[in-house]
Amino acid sequence: MDIFFEWFRHLYDTTGINLPFIYDAYDRNRMIDGFWMTIKLSITCLFFSTIIGMVGAWLQGSPLKWTRRIVNGYIQVFRNTPPLVQMYFFYFAIGSLLPKVATDYGGEAPLLGSFAWAAISLSFFAGAFNVEIFRSGVEAVPKSTIEAAEALGFSRLQIYRDITLPLALRVSLPALNNNLVNLVKTTTLAYAIAVPEMLYEANQIWSDNVNVTEMMIFLLLAYFFLVGILVWGMNRWEQSMKIPGYGE
Amino acid sequence: MKSLIKVALSGVALMALSVTGQTASADAIADIKAAGVLKVGVKADYKPYGFLDPSGKIIGIEPALAQDVADKLGVKLELTPVVSSNRMQFLEQGKIDLMIATMTDKPDRRKVVSIVDPNYYSSGTNILTPKTFGFKTWEDLRGKPVCGIQGAFYNKATSANYGAKIVAFKGTSEAYAALRQGSCVAFVYDDSAIVAKTNDPAFADFEMPLPTIDDAPWGLAVKLGEDGFNKLMSEMIVGWHKSGRILALETKWGVANTPFAKAMHDKHK
Repeated sequence: MDIFFEWFRHLYDTTGINLPFIYDAYDRNRMIDGFWMTIKLSITCLFFSTIIGMVGAWLQGSPLKWTRRIVNGYIQVFRNTPPLVQMYFFYFAIGSLLPKVATDYGGEAPLLGSFAWAAISLSFFAGAFNVEIFRSGVEAVPKSTIEAAEALGFSRLQIYRDITLPLALRVSLPALNNNLVNLVKTTTLAYAIAVPEMLYEANQIWSDNVNVTEMMIFLLLAYFFLVGILVWGMNRWEQSMKIPGYGE
Repeated sequence: MKSLIKVALSGVALMALSVTGQTASADAIADIKAAGVLKVGVKADYKPYGFLDPSGKIIGIEPALAQDVADKLGVKLELTPVVSSNRMQFLEQGKIDLMIATMTDKPDRRKVVSIVDPNYYSSGTNILTPKTFGFKTWEDLRGKPVCGIQGAFYNKATSANYGAKIVAFKGTSEAYAALRQGSCVAFVYDDSAIVAKTNDPAFADFEMPLPTIDDAPWGLAVKLGEDGFNKLMSEMIVGWHKSGRILALETKWGVANTPFAKAMHDKHK
């Protein structure tokens, strides 16, 4: 393995192509940490934003006027503001209002750190879009199907969980796919509040080594690869859920 | 390929030209006196060393030093704002006669511009931290979150040598905000900027407790080959250290006297 790493040092000495995140142990470790941080943040946000979308779409169909109004208000606020502004708002404005907790080194830190705020703000941001995406699916389910379920004595929750949502999901998947791809790319914004993800680490590496071009190419390929995996997985899921004559 | 060679050749020719150009006019002092104006490149974004007052005039420690030079030569002073990426080029091109712009004295820079000995100032890396932590050594930062600026060269040193967890932000305002809300225990930055911040009433509970590391002297510079001007500036710097001018300017602009300025004053007294 060392020979492999050393070859890249040799590459730098002979050609000037500088990839310190391969041959330098310190830079390699932080790039790997950054890669995992991006994956961790992406998976957390994918999970919670989808949950928010499903629950939100159900609440949107609630018979209670105020529940519907709150859900719509949430969508307006989070869909109509830039995610970077939301992140700064959560981290610096809300973060400083929260109760402080004692740290093990004798200080007081805000209750939630930068990762938590990034996960929260990105989940809510993508979640707002997901609610609308699921709504489009829910509205595509024929009224007669729901009436049939009501006639069989299903409760409102049961109808949504067992009948509307599974059918709606199939209609929503292409749009959901789109939004989740966008979400993974939006995780780069988290570097503004110092979440050490890939862009953050790459930025520090190119500042230390003045190899902006190489790092940019690497970043582009890394995100292409990451998003490629997500798209492949989503397509597989879409295929496996296919029902003949529905959602095609 | 052919055109590449052409470009390379013309580059060499240009360099040769500029070298001969430099030797041709070696007496900058006479030129400045003839023109009646001394053009000095200073920082305009580095409080309190060189910054803009509300009317847009450049003021601070370095502009004051530039004024001393102009008075000595008996000419008018013209200040040109420079930034780190263009200050040496401005001097090479003759846009400015003298550069006093918080520039760290480095051997590779001495090849491009004529840096005057002795150094007039010095700064290094230190931390701004709440007094309650009582940090005494850099080792105390191990494993704790420390705010920084994205892209600063000392981030790597602070985390690799002392084990601090660097939390780096885009600009200084975000870092100061994060420090104040407790997201990090300290802010690692230039000691010269931190000293100015500790005088800010809003940061009364903060201190700069550690020994400065990576201390690097600042050099003011003239164009390469201007030996007469270099010699004059060298005498001026010795004069500043001798009379305590630098110490007085630090006090005037609310900076605690730096160890370097004190040591130089004692040496030349």
